[in-house]
Amino acid sequence: MTALASAKDTAMVENKQSASPNRVIDIENLSLTFETNDGPVHALSDIDLKIEEGDFVSFIGPSGCGKTTLLRVIADLEKPTAGSISVNGVSPEDARLNRAYGYVFQAAALYPWRTIAKNVALPLEIMGLSKAEQQERISRNMELVNLTGFEKKYPWQLSGGMQQRASIARALAVEPDLLLMDEPFGALDEIVRDHLNEQLLQLWAKTNKTVVFVTHSIPEAVFLSTKIVVLCPRPGRIYDVIESDLPRERSLDVRETPEFLKIAHRVREGLKAGHSYED
Amino acid sequence: MTDTSLSPSRSTNPFSGLMSGTVGPVLVVVLAILALWYVSAVALNAPFQRDIYKRAGQENVAFSQLVADTLYQERPVLPAPHQVLVEIWDTTVNKKITSKRSLLYHTGITLSSTLLGFLIGTTLGIVLAIGIVHSRVLDKSLMPWVISSQTIPILAIAPMIIVVLNAVGISGLLPKAMISTYLSFFPVTVGMVKGLRSPEVIHMDLMHTYSATRIQAFWKLRLPYAVPYLFTSMKIGMAASLVGAIVGELPTGAIAGLGARLLAGSYYGQTVQIWSALLMAAFLAGALVALIGVIEKRTLKRMGMA
Repeated sequence: MTALASAKDTAMVENKQSASPNRVIDIENLSLTFETNDGPVHALSDIDLKIEEGDFVSFIGPSGCGKTTLLRVIADLEKPTAGSISVNGVSPEDARLNRAYGYVFQAAALYPWRTIAKNVALPLEIMGLSKAEQQERISRNMELVNLTGFEKKYPWQLSGGMQQRASIARALAVEPDLLLMDEPFGALDEIVRDHLNEQLLQLWAKTNKTVVFVTHSIPEAVFLSTKIVVLCPRPGRIYDVIESDLPRERSLDVRETPEFLKIAHRVREGLKAGHSYED
Repeated sequence: MTDTSLSPSRSTNPFSGLMSGTVGPVLVVVLAILALWYVSAVALNAPFQRDIYKRAGQENVAFSQLVADTLYQERPVLPAPHQVLVEIWDTTVNKKITSKRSLLYHTGITLSSTLLGFLIGTTLGIVLAIGIVHSRVLDKSLMPWVISSQTIPILAIAPMIIVVLNAVGISGLLPKAMISTYLSFFPVTVGMVKGLRSPEVIHMDLMHTYSATRIQAFWKLRLPYAVPYLFTSMKIGMAASLVGAIVGELPTGAIAGLGARLLAGSYYGQTVQIWSALLMAAFLAGALVALIGVIEKRTLKRMGMA
């Protein structure tokens, strides 16, 4: 009995080591077709993608390439029509029910009738955490995004960048290992965006989460990612996957280095080639 | 001299200051209505007054005399504003509130059935809206009935409701309140359905990512979103409720209430009484809607939305 148990334990340990780093997302032959009145729209076609723990993965591509749809499939906001996908080894629906991920939308989507602290508390209330636990997570995560002192403010009293940071704090408060971000800084100006990109990298280094990030900005994708997935449209498919050899800790200056420009060039070429059949 | 030449020329219009606030414009509109009312009163009452002169054998009555007389008839076609005000004064300040001749007594009766009907109607409206928003079957089956219920003239259905409820032994306040309910649940239902459906897709998606239950999504998202809609539809519902209460008082034999005053007034040609009841009803409606407005402002302020 004990022998069996210990054998099982060692097996599990070995298993963990052999699969290390852990696979967070595993997508195979995944397709998604929307049925519309004008006929089927192939939003995603034959997607194969693996994302390991601690990765910072960016989906980049022109609008209509399915990058947001792919993220929504991971979050169980869309159902694939073919192929398989697992998140943390289970189906996206189970992962969602386990609250395995935090999702940051294009807009901050804060509730106007809630203060910033109350907005961050929203998922915690739904999870049914105790008041003390909620309070602790609110202050910790608001500090993480540099919003301490703004707890009692209402969303409209904050700038767009601060609102988006609050929405990141809200996603982090769930304490997920996986952070899904859908063009979170798309609506912000470049100065604020640069600043938030830097903060996001620091956050990622501090928390060691896996991040999947949708963007249509090449510098943003290259600056943030360890892995860049280039998608192209009609049907939405993966054109190129670029492993970045930039150091994990980077400052904005890295954008001037030849390595950065080389990766950016490859992304740009990929986007161009994916588009080349078009007029 | 130098001062006046340097300073910008001030407007010499004495009304420019008056019209900048809210009191000025309101006052101007009220005065315009009063002027129109007086002119109409003279014009509408003049034929009857000329008749009186003819029968009395008076000839060549001065125009100023005619105007003065038209404004003091006992049963004018259109009573003059001051006649109505005097009547309201007489029947409110100069009568005990328990007296059946007191306008306040009748207003109180109408008010109570208005409020009861409004309360039931608002509750019903909210409940229906919640059902309609959460169930496709209810949406498909209930909504057409809700809409068609309002196409039936209330004057036709009011006596039926009174008679039917009386037949099953329900009389007094409730039958009248039911008519108020009938009119006031509709705007609340429609407004709340719209309000509960108003959260943006992104907010609903957010709830989905949290694996929130429908009940959680209702309390934390749909209901707060619907609050401004609720207040707007409650204002309409309140006005409709008052109309319902007055209509409900007509077929009961005009015992008490503003509706009874209207009906009794028209039986006996007491136009001054009719108009004073009408004015009182208008004032009541205005006060009730304003009250909801105050509650709305406070609520939204507390919610951080205003």
